[in-house]
Amino acid sequence: MKILVCISNVPDTTSKINFTDGNTKFDSNGVQFVINPNDEFGLTRAMWFKEKQGATVHVATVGGPTTEPTIRKALAIGADEAIRVNAEPLDGYFVAEQLAAVVKNGAYDLVIAGRESIDYNGGMVPGILATLLGMNFINTCISLEIEGETATAVREIDGGKEKLTTSLPLVIGGQKGLVAESDLRIPNMRGIMMARQKKLNVVEPVGTEITTEDVAFDKPAPKGSIKLVAADNLDELINLLHNEAKVI
Amino acid sequence: MSVLVYTESENGKFKKNATEVASFAHEVARQMDTTATAVSINANDSGNMGDYGISKVLNVTDEKLKTFNAQAYAHVLKQAAEKEGAKVIIVSSSTDTKFLAPILTALLKGGYVPNVVAAPDSISPFKVKRTVFSNKGFAHTELKSDIKVIGVSNNAFGSVENKTTATVESFSPSLDGNIFGTTSVSIDKVVGKATIADADIVVSGGRGLKGPENWGMIEELAEVLGAATACSKPVSDLGWRPHGEHVGQTGKPVASNLYIAIGISGAIQHLAGVSASKVKVVINSDPEAPFFKAADYGVVGDAFEVVPTLIEKLKKFKTQNA
Repeated sequence: MKILVCISNVPDTTSKINFTDGNTKFDSNGVQFVINPNDEFGLTRAMWFKEKQGATVHVATVGGPTTEPTIRKALAIGADEAIRVNAEPLDGYFVAEQLAAVVKNGAYDLVIAGRESIDYNGGMVPGILATLLGMNFINTCISLEIEGETATAVREIDGGKEKLTTSLPLVIGGQKGLVAESDLRIPNMRGIMMARQKKLNVVEPVGTEITTEDVAFDKPAPKGSIKLVAADNLDELINLLHNEAKVI
Repeated sequence: MSVLVYTESENGKFKKNATEVASFAHEVARQMDTTATAVSINANDSGNMGDYGISKVLNVTDEKLKTFNAQAYAHVLKQAAEKEGAKVIIVSSSTDTKFLAPILTALLKGGYVPNVVAAPDSISPFKVKRTVFSNKGFAHTELKSDIKVIGVSNNAFGSVENKTTATVESFSPSLDGNIFGTTSVSIDKVVGKATIADADIVVSGGRGLKGPENWGMIEELAEVLGAATACSKPVSDLGWRPHGEHVGQTGKPVASNLYIAIGISGAIQHLAGVSASKVKVVINSDPEAPFFKAADYGVVGDAFEVVPTLIEKLKKFKTQNA
């Protein structure tokens, strides 16, 4: 089985978010970039397939040279080869089209992407990618088993979960649950050394027009201070929620 | 060239978000000087959408669509958009719709902007405001494509009554070919309980609850308030509660009217997941807990003393205000 894991290079979850150039661009100054958490769960599941069932695992990202430390980390975790599409990820559709070209060239059986990236939260790349390729697709995937050409997956739904079957080739939008948080891997020294020897292919983007453009950014208004209620005066809390906030 | 809106239903009844997206579609149609058409799949009460400004409903009744199937539903909506000549399609932010919307977008070769929190800034050019960076910022996004798919955030626009009469028309899309890419084997869903996605109020517990055996008071408080229950990441990691209740950056987002956090310190990833909630209440014994900086109302106290008292007082309040 040949697996492609799509990796998004995102600001660390604790990053302070600021905008620059008259609030038209994200300010990456001093921001630490990491593998998108939802992608990391997918990468770890791909490593499980590699080790337990035999699979080749490639990783791909769309981004400039500054994204290379992030995909090198994926190689250090155990991916066999990496592809970087040399383009700024302009919008979700653009990213999906670039990844679709990578998948076509690589003839992958399974494509794992995170259900969404934690920066722009679009959640559209796996679904658009699958549709452009005519591949089956399961989103919010929290469990995935593969037997021959048949995949059995569980996806999260509002208020519960759904078990599904489908066939390869398949794209999934994955998240926590594909593996447990405790299964995530930290690259060891041997992995880091080996990653230096692995292939990191840089490919040029396919020409596409963008469908959306972020023309300005702003931040939520600063929050007012909290109203504290004494633990022995809960009638006051109920009063505030009923009469002031009007939520009960 | 009407605005098309997908109004979700379950077991024949519209979901809570259906009236919200219908209201949003009406507003977009008003700005574009056109009408709003809804697509409903296996819903029994389609005419009710007229209350929210929908002038036509394309009513799809088909046994093959009884269980949600993202690829098949996306094909239904594509055909409805083509029939109506719709260039703007409005959808919700439910888990199912976030599954189908990218498929629909690719089928129509359009642009998709999810997590939209307000009526369009302008319609020429078409600009919308959406949340980014896990609610730590907003982007004003211009849709440059001919076809535009807009995903409305839960609880952001609200349901607005605009009474009109909706004509209900049967619509029978072609369901031939290989459009059912997946097969549903089983659905495991809690019946009769509010879900995090739909609930107006969410009661959430953290590690301060000390163990799953103490979850009874979270559930009792939720029951009194008609709320859904949720939890912090450590609680789901410890296996006290299922992952489906985990709220936060890698868990579920919450956009309720009221979010009550009990025994949750308020890690940045948790706060990102709840920041779209309108009113936040924190109950924690540690006055230094970060959640006190993010909440609107707070009680510094032992959850095991505060929560049972709050339950009793709320029961009394409910009786008096029934």
